[in-house]
Amino acid sequence: MELLSGADMLIRSLQDEGIEYIYGYPGGAALHIYDALFRQDKVKHILVRHEQAAVHMADGYARASGKPGTVLVTSGPGATNTITGIATAFMDSIPMVVLCGQVASTLIGEDAFQETDMIGVSRPVVKHNISVRHPSEIPEVIRKAYYIAATGRPGPVVVDIPKDMTTPNERYEYEYPKKVKLRSYNPAIRGHAGQIRKAAEMLLAAKRPVIYAGGGVVLGKASDQLTELAHMLGHPVTNTLMGIGGFPASDKQSLGWLGMHGSYESNMAMHHSDLILAVGARFDDRVTNATEKFCPGARIIHIDIDPASISKTVEADVPIVGPVDSVLKELISLVRESKAKPDKDALKAWWKQIDEWRAFHGMRYEKSDTHIKPQEVIEALHRLTNGDAYVTTDVGQHQMFTAQYYKFNKPNRWINSGGLGTMGFGLPAAMGVKLSYPDDEVICVTGEGSIQMNIQELSTCKQYNLPVKIVNLNNQALGMVKQWQDMNYESRHSQSYMESLPDFIRLAEAYGHVGIRIDRKEDLESKLKEAFAMKDKLVFIDIYVDPHEHVYPMQVARGSMKDMWLSKTERV
Amino acid sequence: MRRIISVLLENEPGALSRVVGLFSQRNYNIETLTVAPTEDETLSRLTVTTTGSDRVIEQITKQLNKLIEVVKLVDLTEGSHIERELMLIKLKASGSQRAEIKRTVDIFRGQIVDVTSTVYTVQLAGDSDKLDAFIQAVGTTGVLEVVRSGVSGIARGEKVLSI
Repeated sequence: MELLSGADMLIRSLQDEGIEYIYGYPGGAALHIYDALFRQDKVKHILVRHEQAAVHMADGYARASGKPGTVLVTSGPGATNTITGIATAFMDSIPMVVLCGQVASTLIGEDAFQETDMIGVSRPVVKHNISVRHPSEIPEVIRKAYYIAATGRPGPVVVDIPKDMTTPNERYEYEYPKKVKLRSYNPAIRGHAGQIRKAAEMLLAAKRPVIYAGGGVVLGKASDQLTELAHMLGHPVTNTLMGIGGFPASDKQSLGWLGMHGSYESNMAMHHSDLILAVGARFDDRVTNATEKFCPGARIIHIDIDPASISKTVEADVPIVGPVDSVLKELISLVRESKAKPDKDALKAWWKQIDEWRAFHGMRYEKSDTHIKPQEVIEALHRLTNGDAYVTTDVGQHQMFTAQYYKFNKPNRWINSGGLGTMGFGLPAAMGVKLSYPDDEVICVTGEGSIQMNIQELSTCKQYNLPVKIVNLNNQALGMVKQWQDMNYESRHSQSYMESLPDFIRLAEAYGHVGIRIDRKEDLESKLKEAFAMKDKLVFIDIYVDPHEHVYPMQVARGSMKDMWLSKTERV
Repeated sequence: MRRIISVLLENEPGALSRVVGLFSQRNYNIETLTVAPTEDETLSRLTVTTTGSDRVIEQITKQLNKLIEVVKLVDLTEGSHIERELMLIKLKASGSQRAEIKRTVDIFRGQIVDVTSTVYTVQLAGDSDKLDAFIQAVGTTGVLEVVRSGVSGIARGEKVLSI
């Protein structure tokens, strides 16, 4: 057997795990590892400008590919800088392994230079974390880390590696474990047959059903099964913000997404339904509004890989713990074989009602003769990219507009920080996607507030030639904060206006990229085309949009799902 | 409602802090907590008493089960069970008090495990209510120090929590 140092074992383990890219930033405690990285060429390292961005890059890659991302940083500040990124991935159940250097084990607890208890600091925001206690453990620890990160409900795993675990001249036998077995970790591999049968019966008997599909459909690679089941049953489908793309938005059975800024028809349909099939969703407060007023007439079937997500905020009538793809497959065959058929008359009446809601509101906004509306920018992007781009966003109004007006027909293309709501996510996430999908169009829709939270990564884009398109919906304010202040604080815009915005065009140019400014409505389409024609260039498109625009629909706080503002003046 | 949750946990550094962290992170109560290795040295047995609505308790058990190092757990209060807590209590004991305290200790089936001319140290085991009752019986004015172990529990009959 081969003898390798801890550092070499670590890199070999990554190779054997099939890892192509890692994103990171070197420092003292990680130098043995960085040296091992230098002496091979299979695992490629991307040097970011801030560790938070490394995590978002790994995250963007993971969301687009469905495979775990990998991060490498040093101890202390290197490790703590990853925390926001890790928490972002944790909230959205994104598989990821974060390798952190640590001071030598002999120094731990002595407040050594760049020492932080990363195991303690990261504990509340990881699926698991592991500290390496002997160099010979490294292959097993790495195998375990990826296994835990990617199976069951996915999530980030932190591996803490004290410097003396990677000492170059101490060598151990290397063998990468083929399998890993943990007696205390056995994610469900199929749902309960009896419960699934019960669910199938209820679905076939439903008169006003809604399928409420979450991020679990995307993560669980179950879009095809979901689409097949929905078509067999003829039921309407609404996606959560995280589930966008899990069911084709252009399908006539799609109601769009639901919740705080979801479509009028999806929120109305949920509220009036008699049966909700929740698939890989977690009844988040941004979906349910006040839980005590949530969908009063509905019985709930809830499929999820994580038992703790079931009946957490809203009680499920039929809980099914299992991987969504396998449970949906079983439902499909039960529905196919069943003697009972969907209640055609009831469904016809239900669709008639839904079509009335669609006609009453649908997705709409008021056009302007003078201002560029943010919504029309997104519609133009959708047209210019044939609805087939990878689109990342930051957090705020621009994120909601993108989710509302870019109609995603495929999973894994809509990439946003839905759970934690992390500003600064969009650009590095787009970079992670572009690196692995160089031939696809990758757009980061952002705002002038969010983009400045990780703008330093323009430099990384130059170094690795990552020609993403940055679409900055510039309203010269923290738009969502301002909207809430307009609605709830009598327009007292406390700290939501940004003075002294940089000249983004010159900033992009300073980093070696192209900047385009769009401030006239008539230039929108042509200048966007110009930007997208520059295939091999990062183009920063700074678009001055209507600064007074609000995102609607918007659920009324503490109301039920059907209580919404439809514009600044219409409330239903 | 008060519940006793018994957990088999991998006996590894950091495992206990995950359990404790989970309770504070998710705003659950811990009333008592005991933990020690079992006859299988790779496992610790942890007993936590907590209070909460049925929904909160369901979440606590589910969230605990999600921790990678939790091997198995049981809510002992769901079935008939035995619970015990150990108390060591130091009492002022001089003159006529000494006989009175001795009698009370006997009634509660406790033992005086250390004696000075003015102090008795009493050891008492039982469920938590019994220990509370003893403190009430001797009167709080005479109590110098109390140390309680927290609750340990086990199911009655043939049910066992093991892997």
